[in-house]
Amino acid sequence: MALVEIRDVYKSFQRDTQKIDVFTDLSLDIASGSFTALMGPSGSGKSTLLNLIAGLDKPTRGTVRVGGADVGAMSAGQLAAWRARNIGFVFQSFNLLPVLTAYQNVELPLLLTNLSKKDRAERVRLALDVVGLSDRADHYPRQLSGGQEQRTAIARAIVADPTLMLLDEPTGQLDAKSSQEVLTLLQRLNNEFNKTIVIVTHDAHAADRAKSVLHLEKGDLIEKAAVA
Amino acid sequence: MKIPILYNVRSMLQRPYSTALTALGIALVVAVFIGMLALANGFRVALARTGSNGNVLVLRKGADSELSSGVGRDVASMIAASPHVATGPDGRPLVSPEVYVLVPMGKVFDTTKMANVVVRGVSDQAWIVRSNVRVVDGQRPASGRAEICLGERLVARFPHTGIGQTMHFAGRDWTVTCHFTAAGSAFESEVWGENEQFMPVFRGDVFQSITFRLKDPAAFEDARRSLQDDKRMTVDAHRESEFYAQQSQLLGRILAILAWTITSIMAVGAVFGAVNTMYAAIAARQPEIAVLMTIGFKPGSVLTSFLAESGLIAAIGGIIGCLLALPINGLVTSTTNWASFSEIAFSFRVTPLLLLNGFLFAVVMGLIGGFFPAWRAARLRVVQALR
Repeated sequence: MALVEIRDVYKSFQRDTQKIDVFTDLSLDIASGSFTALMGPSGSGKSTLLNLIAGLDKPTRGTVRVGGADVGAMSAGQLAAWRARNIGFVFQSFNLLPVLTAYQNVELPLLLTNLSKKDRAERVRLALDVVGLSDRADHYPRQLSGGQEQRTAIARAIVADPTLMLLDEPTGQLDAKSSQEVLTLLQRLNNEFNKTIVIVTHDAHAADRAKSVLHLEKGDLIEKAAVA
Repeated sequence: MKIPILYNVRSMLQRPYSTALTALGIALVVAVFIGMLALANGFRVALARTGSNGNVLVLRKGADSELSSGVGRDVASMIAASPHVATGPDGRPLVSPEVYVLVPMGKVFDTTKMANVVVRGVSDQAWIVRSNVRVVDGQRPASGRAEICLGERLVARFPHTGIGQTMHFAGRDWTVTCHFTAAGSAFESEVWGENEQFMPVFRGDVFQSITFRLKDPAAFEDARRSLQDDKRMTVDAHRESEFYAQQSQLLGRILAILAWTITSIMAVGAVFGAVNTMYAAIAARQPEIAVLMTIGFKPGSVLTSFLAESGLIAAIGGIIGCLLALPINGLVTSTTNWASFSEIAFSFRVTPLLLLNGFLFAVVMGLIGGFFPAWRAARLRVVQALR
């Protein structure tokens, strides 16, 4: 069953006087429980697609549905609330809030729920435990390595138990060892916790960990490959 | 739940200099604001304390100040016989027919700078009628002698005011026999002597005012009606407290308007400081704001968060401003009372309410200064900010 349904999406940007078409007629389904890698050269529309799925951007035409909800039709306030419940987003540059500890960063999405402080603490500890950072809870981002920062960001993305995890180049700023740790973690989240994961990557090794790979080029889906 | 305030507090500490400078700018405005209102407040209170609720001040009909009034001895006698007048322990009516004159005197620090000092001739009952007046040093002037008692605020500001020293005015020498306090009221800026001594050397056989203690303070209206309806005299009766409060209105209001005007102009500068600081903070933290919005915090939460941050910086400024203004409490200054043209010395009065107003003023400056930057943060385009 498709968790993400993208239908006839047309998306363009205006840059100065020039109109740039990113997608002209994109249709795509992403199944629930899948682990999908989006690959393609720079400017092919990978991140734009991720942003459309997350409701951070809206299609010029067409529909994006996630779990049956029409993402493009929601207001900014509705989208924020929807994202809080359904989306876990991980960025290439980690984007942890530098003034908050790992614990406090991970707790942020839970502040949007009705959970008690005690329940929040339990969930944060569990998420940090899953990413192997229980002993770094009180560390600030500047006190963590790149790999640890990204694992903290993943803990933040999973702590509210979202339907869908979207990761934009999660290993782009990591060394080989840290990359492997993060990718292993993502595989575990997909296999053990049945999280639906969409990852944008340039890295073939990262794509190898996914169950399916989508190639984008100049806004067109040119290949769909299932990884064995 | 909203974005934790801890995020704002720690972000402020990340940029201590700009936070401190913005807070300091607001602190200075608050200090000036409190200082100027403390001036107006002090002036108003000095005059308000001058009058008693239980006393009645009688002036010539139509006179709006003691200076322009004149009442004869016959009126003083009639008032003393009024059933509304209280009596002292000795059974005598508590009435003080008074002479009121302005005498130019050179100040101690610059004798070429003249100030109009109130010289008040009182009866011996005045010391009872004015219950807030206390002799703190020396003996009250003796009847029939050229002796005077000085309000305490005059002592440091005019020469020859020590006990035993002689002041010269109205062509005569007057020996200082005592100093008195009057609960910080305008009386403390006056020279008191016996009315019968002052009368011949100043304005002839006429008093300027008559003050008496009411037998029943609640019966003021009855007393006023009976005096004003009495065909034998043409007088106005005022409740003493209301009369002096009214005297403070014009200058008090002008001082308050001046305070608001000057601090409003300064506040514009401080608000721009806050605007600048918050715009810079938001520009530097765009990716963080985008992350918060990606996580699911609504634009309204972002707006509230940055407004709170701006308000917090301003609140710190407000507290510093209050602390800066506190030491002026009690400082004595003087001005000319525009209602009587006389010199009046009074203390700056920094009250808890004034401090609260100063603090709230600071927070309002912060909220105004923070609004547009916070609005901009709330309308941030997440995708662009994340690039």
